[in-house]
Amino acid sequence: MSPRLRLLPTAALVLGAIYCIVPTLWILIAATKSKTDLFSTATYLPSFGAGIWQNIVDLSTYQGGIFWQWMLNSFGYALIGGVVASLVSAACGYAIALYEFRGRKVVFNVILACVLLPQIVLAIPQYLLLSKVGLTDSLIGVLLPQLFNPYGIYLCKIYAQSAVPDSLLEAGRIDGAGEGRLFFSVGLRLMGPGLVTVFLLQFIAIWNNFLLPYVMLTSDDKFPLTVGLYSLLRHGAAEASLYSLVITGTLLSVLPVIALFLSLQRFWRIDLVTGALK
Amino acid sequence: MAARNRAKLPYLLVAPAVALLTLFVVAPGVYALVLSFQARKVVGGLLGGGSKLVFVGFDNYGLALADPELWSSIARMLLVALLFIPATVGFALLFALLLDVPRVRLARSTRLAIFLPYAVPGVIASLMWGFMYLPATSPIGGDHVDFFGSTTVFFSVANVAVWGSVGFNMIVIFTALRSLPAELYEAARIDGCSELRMALRIKVPLVLPAIAMCTLFTALASLQLFNEPNTLRPLSNAVSSTWVPLMKIYEDAFVDSDVNKAAATSVLFVFAALAVSFVASRTVSRVNR
Repeated sequence: MSPRLRLLPTAALVLGAIYCIVPTLWILIAATKSKTDLFSTATYLPSFGAGIWQNIVDLSTYQGGIFWQWMLNSFGYALIGGVVASLVSAACGYAIALYEFRGRKVVFNVILACVLLPQIVLAIPQYLLLSKVGLTDSLIGVLLPQLFNPYGIYLCKIYAQSAVPDSLLEAGRIDGAGEGRLFFSVGLRLMGPGLVTVFLLQFIAIWNNFLLPYVMLTSDDKFPLTVGLYSLLRHGAAEASLYSLVITGTLLSVLPVIALFLSLQRFWRIDLVTGALK
Repeated sequence: MAARNRAKLPYLLVAPAVALLTLFVVAPGVYALVLSFQARKVVGGLLGGGSKLVFVGFDNYGLALADPELWSSIARMLLVALLFIPATVGFALLFALLLDVPRVRLARSTRLAIFLPYAVPGVIASLMWGFMYLPATSPIGGDHVDFFGSTTVFFSVANVAVWGSVGFNMIVIFTALRSLPAELYEAARIDGCSELRMALRIKVPLVLPAIAMCTLFTALASLQLFNEPNTLRPLSNAVSSTWVPLMKIYEDAFVDSDVNKAAATSVLFVFAALAVSFVASRTVSRVNR
């Protein structure tokens, strides 16, 4: 292929990358502007005043620093939910992959059906049920429904089949290791790399979730970032000066995820997602 | 003892998942089903009257299906899906094929940049794009182009959704491309087959299963469309409070406080979603065979 032709794919990829980065770059520019500059200066040029610092201070003092509470909540929900959901998935997937037991087929088929059911359509029925037992507007009400991850169980089952050899378990049994110990010390360890991907997928799913916490929660100190910033935007419709807070909040909420994402890059095993196809 | 343990452990391991499944999938589903057959009726006379739940059969379903707003919300969702699904899968495939071109430059950094929006919540993405669409703050010509016009709004909503999902699908297809054996191309290359021909004639047919799976994922995502239009709503009048089916259900349940009608619509929606994904997954497995 001639060098000129080789430039073409590169150029197309760069265009795609620009498309994906532009909103983040623009939000960075917009966050440098003071409340008045936001609507009066050229939209694609940053301001070099104290705008961004002032915006961060304003945001941090807004309603007693509630923004940082939202940030903390988001991380809390995603981290706890991600860890517990991965362990639940690992246990279930491991059992289905490596044991013959009554009801195994039924459980697996029901879980497969759940993979095809968009979880989000359950949010409102989940709210209706939890409000019956008085669990809405609580941390448990947001966390519990997100612990069951059928796709995670499916991935764990596939991964356990290929990563945990039966012969190793047999050897452990001959050495007198209990079944429980085999799961914790052999099974979980061998499933490690796959579990990281299941955890990351669920972490991002909870981090990105909006509808469930939006319907479950009414007190704003329990909101995750998504619901918090949305409520801020809704107030902004009446009070335009809040827009610069929304923009600064958006920037501050994107940066840590990007950092986390870049640092965890090498742990991603997307081939697992594709491999699960076969 | 060991034998008994061996018989018990799988049940213990499956128990948490089954308990969560029962409590948070089956029970809400059954409860929504029960609610959908009930309605709150006013009882008693002028004095000291109250309301109680009575069984009304399929009345709520009739009410829900006769509501023209539900049908318009479905139509709007389908319009967005019509833009969103082909654009997402098409660009994902294009970028994956480009990344797979031998000796292409900047592959690592562009791949990462395109993947990044996956970690940005739909609400946050809609906020960023929303301000870019807004005439007063738009850096992309929002003062000349009306991004919230009656037609353009579909493109604007679809664009936010595409932005958020191209990267993940690109990685799925790219991973499938990478797992193809390299010898496959050697013969074609010796025969003087161009990279373009090779992509169209050899690579695309071989990664068809991955493409089909991406199409299924994006079709499911369009059914769940809620975050993008709901977040753009405070910024524009072009998005109504019942713009897509999930917003309509939300409106019924929380604004109109008609929980029973909302439950009926939810049940219909769950079945519709299951039907779509069942048909789609059958198609996927046929492609795989």
